Amino acid sequence: MKKIVILGAGTSGTMMANHLVNKLPKKEWKLTIIDQYKTHYYQPGFLFLPFDIYTTKQVKKKGAKFIPKGVDYINEKIDLIVPDENKINLENGKSLIYDVLIIATGTKIAPEEIEGMNGPEWHKSIFDFYTYEGAKALRNKLREWEGGKLVVHITEMPIKCPVAPLEFAFLADSFFRNKGMRDKVEITFVTPLGGAFTKPKATKALHYLLEEKDIKEVTDFNIERVDYENNKIIDYGDTEVDYDLLVTVPTNMGDEVIERSGMGDDLNFVPTHKGTLQTLEHQNIFAIGDATNLPASKAGSVAHFEAEILTDNIMRYIQGEELKDEFDGHANCFIETGNGKALLIDFNYTHEPVEGTFPFPGVGPLSLLKESRANHMGKMAFRWIYWNMLIKGVHIPFVSATMSKKGKHIEEVQ
Amino acid sequence: MKKVIAQTEINVNEEGYMTEFSQWTKEICECLAEEQGICMTEKHWEVIDYIHEKHNGNEALSIRGIKKSGVINIKEFYSLFPGGPLKKSTLIAGIPKPKSCI
Repeated sequence: MKKIVILGAGTSGTMMANHLVNKLPKKEWKLTIIDQYKTHYYQPGFLFLPFDIYTTKQVKKKGAKFIPKGVDYINEKIDLIVPDENKINLENGKSLIYDVLIIATGTKIAPEEIEGMNGPEWHKSIFDFYTYEGAKALRNKLREWEGGKLVVHITEMPIKCPVAPLEFAFLADSFFRNKGMRDKVEITFVTPLGGAFTKPKATKALHYLLEEKDIKEVTDFNIERVDYENNKIIDYGDTEVDYDLLVTVPTNMGDEVIERSGMGDDLNFVPTHKGTLQTLEHQNIFAIGDATNLPASKAGSVAHFEAEILTDNIMRYIQGEELKDEFDGHANCFIETGNGKALLIDFNYTHEPVEGTFPFPGVGPLSLLKESRANHMGKMAFRWIYWNMLIKGVHIPFVSATMSKKGKHIEEVQ
Repeated sequence: MKKVIAQTEINVNEEGYMTEFSQWTKEICECLAEEQGICMTEKHWEVIDYIHEKHNGNEALSIRGIKKSGVINIKEFYSLFPGGPLKKSTLIAGIPKPKSCI
């Protein structure tokens, strides 16, 4: 029997297991998936948990529920990948040999990268919302917070779901308005980039949101340290921003197992071919989702589109055929703007988000780069789609893996 | 859109970033720097070389990268390109500024 091993049972790994189990010849191939954690989280839900929009139960389920029959599911921590021997060492001392390896070990926050972030104030006045623990701790804080300076902050790029911090700021505005205490809260959005919006079309179409919601912007802020004793963040240019409540997105890094195995870049992301998803170093190793160094968004929708193309390429690889250089960086994301409205963006490596309709050209029902209630309903419905279709590898109707230009006001990105 | 600089026509976007790297020359670079209130020194050129190296290798420019570059430290980077060093150095180097997805 030949073996395909998937490392990580998150969004990408689970999708790959579901796709491949139906396609691999069962008599010849054995499929194994390894993950140290037993819980599968709906990570987009971490945005809503702090505002009591979702409950903890809505964002987590037992991972085993989503691993199909016929797949060997190992609940164990991975100690090392040894590519030269096609071998995986587990922490319990056992090891596995693979013919084909799929790395889906994801991205983690690394607050320890910034002095003072992960100190005594962590999850007291400094929070992340990219982990279940962080989002839940922040929910408890927001339930009793009496107001002051709320700073929503991005440490450095790239980050998982790059629009989530902005969505957090929008939802915070709604949340405090609904609580009748918006006048007691000052919201500031602090980013290392040139603006909260960085692409010309989006800036033009959406900058009004910041003014409408009275969200201040501090741009080009490259954090050096958190002065948690005096409640301020300080950047390399000595700019200071005061906070009472700091909601930060810490540095995002690939898993430590990638670093231990010597397979990653500076941030532990695996160098991967952007069209085929084969790793650059090893022909029989592929990578997917936010474990890769692809210049695409580190988002579930990207992983979803990658999974369809990677499944084809794994099948081609084991049949000795040429790989398809097809992944175009396609991402399709709902962006919450508060007050029951949302935006939808659809873009890829070479095309920035533009206005238009989706998925049916000229019809919609969803509108691109424009606020609407229908988009918000789409985002809310997506949780059901995630648990019932997406990670089970069921094709989502009318949405293709590569981006469609139909029904859009397209202009090439320079 | 078109812009004439150093007696040469170049293509730029709304924010003044060059859209065709092949049009970049040292003379254009000096003029772009001057528009940003920067007078190019030997150290500036070293940074521009480093940025081009990263850009050609498809690697995004970041503060983390600068920290590890061995070319300059971050304080120096700020003093060479005051007020948004990533934004200004990429503009002068003729490459796109660091971006997010919207």
